[in-house]
Amino acid sequence: MNTDYFIEGYCHIKNNRVLLNGEPLFTEKKPDFASFIKSVYQHFETDYPKFFKMDKLSKLAFMAADVLLKNSGRPVNEEENMAVVLSNRASSLDTDRRYQESIDDPDNFYPSPAVFVYTLPNICIGEISIRHKLYSENSFFIFDKFNADHLWHYSKSLINHKKADAVLCGWVDVEGDDYDAFLYIVSPKGDDKHKIEEITRLYFTQ
Amino acid sequence: MGKGVAITGMGIISAIGNNVAENFTSLTSNKIGISKISQIDTIHKDDIMVGEIGETNTQLEQRLDIAENQWSRTVLIGTVAAQEALAEAGISDINEVRTGFISGTTVGGMDKSEQYFYDYPENPSVRQHITGLHAGDSTNKIAKHLGLKESFVTTISTACSSSANTIMLGARMIQSGQLDRVIVGGTDSLSKFTINGFKTLMILSDTYNTPFDNDRKGLNLGEAAAYLVLESDAMVEKNKKNVLGYVKGYGNANDAFHQTASSENGDGAVLAMEKALQVAGMKPEDIDYINAHGTATPNNDLSEGRALIRVFDKKVPHFSSTKAFTGHTLAAAGAVEAVYSVLALQNDTIFPNLNFKTPMQEFGICPVTELKKKKLGTVLSNSFGFGGNCSTLIFSKEA
Amino acid sequence: MSELKQELKEKIIEQLNLEDVAVDEIQDNDPLFGEGLGLDSIDALELIVMLDKDYGIKLADPKEGRKIFESVQTMAAYIEENRSR
Repeated sequence: MNTDYFIEGYCHIKNNRVLLNGEPLFTEKKPDFASFIKSVYQHFETDYPKFFKMDKLSKLAFMAADVLLKNSGRPVNEEENMAVVLSNRASSLDTDRRYQESIDDPDNFYPSPAVFVYTLPNICIGEISIRHKLYSENSFFIFDKFNADHLWHYSKSLINHKKADAVLCGWVDVEGDDYDAFLYIVSPKGDDKHKIEEITRLYFTQ
Repeated sequence: MGKGVAITGMGIISAIGNNVAENFTSLTSNKIGISKISQIDTIHKDDIMVGEIGETNTQLEQRLDIAENQWSRTVLIGTVAAQEALAEAGISDINEVRTGFISGTTVGGMDKSEQYFYDYPENPSVRQHITGLHAGDSTNKIAKHLGLKESFVTTISTACSSSANTIMLGARMIQSGQLDRVIVGGTDSLSKFTINGFKTLMILSDTYNTPFDNDRKGLNLGEAAAYLVLESDAMVEKNKKNVLGYVKGYGNANDAFHQTASSENGDGAVLAMEKALQVAGMKPEDIDYINAHGTATPNNDLSEGRALIRVFDKKVPHFSSTKAFTGHTLAAAGAVEAVYSVLALQNDTIFPNLNFKTPMQEFGICPVTELKKKKLGTVLSNSFGFGGNCSTLIFSKEA
Repeated sequence: MSELKQELKEKIIEQLNLEDVAVDEIQDNDPLFGEGLGLDSIDALELIVMLDKDYGIKLADPKEGRKIFESVQTMAAYIEENRSR
């Protein structure tokens, strides 16, 4: 059984910047997350109107995945067995709060269906799957902090057991205007060895 | 499949009983748990029905011997169910071997947040619920109460397939040798948050839910917690454990269709079932009974029914949804129905799909509507979540 | 009526986050769902909330929405007839 896998590519979205494989592709100082991520969407000519309906977490995960997958040499919109395993700390708290506000006031009580559907962290995986036609295994984990160990085990085991040819995994966290995305692709090809220390190093390198 | 994953303990608390035995009695005597809501003061109380656990928070706190109003109901019921599972598995020293805890939840401590939201600034005595809102907090509290130290503890939040996915992950970690045993399952209490959310999606029924019926009006929300203890072959052998059943197959796929709705032909569901069959090394005809997701929403039952026909062709096995008993217990549903699947295997009994009258016009398959005795070797259980997350588990009597 | 239609177009763009659409791009008889504006089932639910919130119209069954939300024209006609605010 081949257990030598590689980190084929990775993408950070953090601190007003989008980096691909450590190289900054886009930098723009904006006062808040909403305007920043919109500028990212526009910069990369994403052309996907449903983007504007998403919540913050989905927008962040969606853009990180889009930048990474588009530049991975993988054809977009082609069925591929790429599993998606994401994690974060805040779950969907940011959207939960927004939704909660809509049901707090009994005199102005109009819960929004469009907000409610995003009150689960794994909806962002759904958005990525819809965009890239990934009918693959997917899961969302909640940890206190970035957990390279678990992601390493999980993605390795998915490929080992032929559950997936590659795994899109990482960390996407949003709370208020704080955001932090680090997605990477684990696959049997690439230059960077898939090791726990390497994942941790890449996560912190930006 | 190389290594077996044995189920050695189960615990559950739901609208139809406070433990496994009570749930079984209800399932075999058509005692449903759907009623008007009594424990949450919601403006929708007259136009929804829910599957509510009978015990109040105070009763649960007394039963667990913990201080008043420290924990969310999600944690209270989760602890009750997890303790029962451990007791049945005969585990007294939880740290004796590598034991993990993987729990699924969607609401976490939402019940308390909505209750005390406006009191936080003024009232320090309720501020413990601020940190309790976090989904991972419920898992950590239960793990701590069970006495787990230095072990693998995580929360999976993939909507209504969350606890099905904990069983899948737990089984894998046993098979890969990372853990000797693992407690898997999920817990979700009722909250205004989910009631209003599902209400606004217009998929709540104002009466008893009727899975797979042509005139189904939607789901009843429910609350529950259920956990299973999974152990490796070596552990079973070493401790001469009584095995209740085995996790034989599992599969997960994304429907890649819509944030919340299932695709018309159940693409994700088909893939999940096919993967689970493949992992189990089984053919469709090897399945004796299917515990369907069957939420009784127009969308789910049509999509799932079509998926069943696609996977099983003309020979769809006996199937039923037990959600007419419990309501849809969200993140807990997969584990609740895993417990029911094992009970079905142990007792060679198919639980009825209650409230079914009229076959759906789109296809000819009908659920089992009366309690049925049948020799069961394998049970397949489906759980589908928002975000397109589709999971299938296969349980077997023999390894 | 034409004022109401103008108002509806603005609200649809705002409420449903149609960032790339301008008011004058929506014709009165353009289909809102499927081809046309490409709205989906969640948008339909959001429009149902809007009917309630802004015009005091309560729909009990999402299926009723299908006819009402065919176009801005049908929406406006329905609102004129049934509004309580």
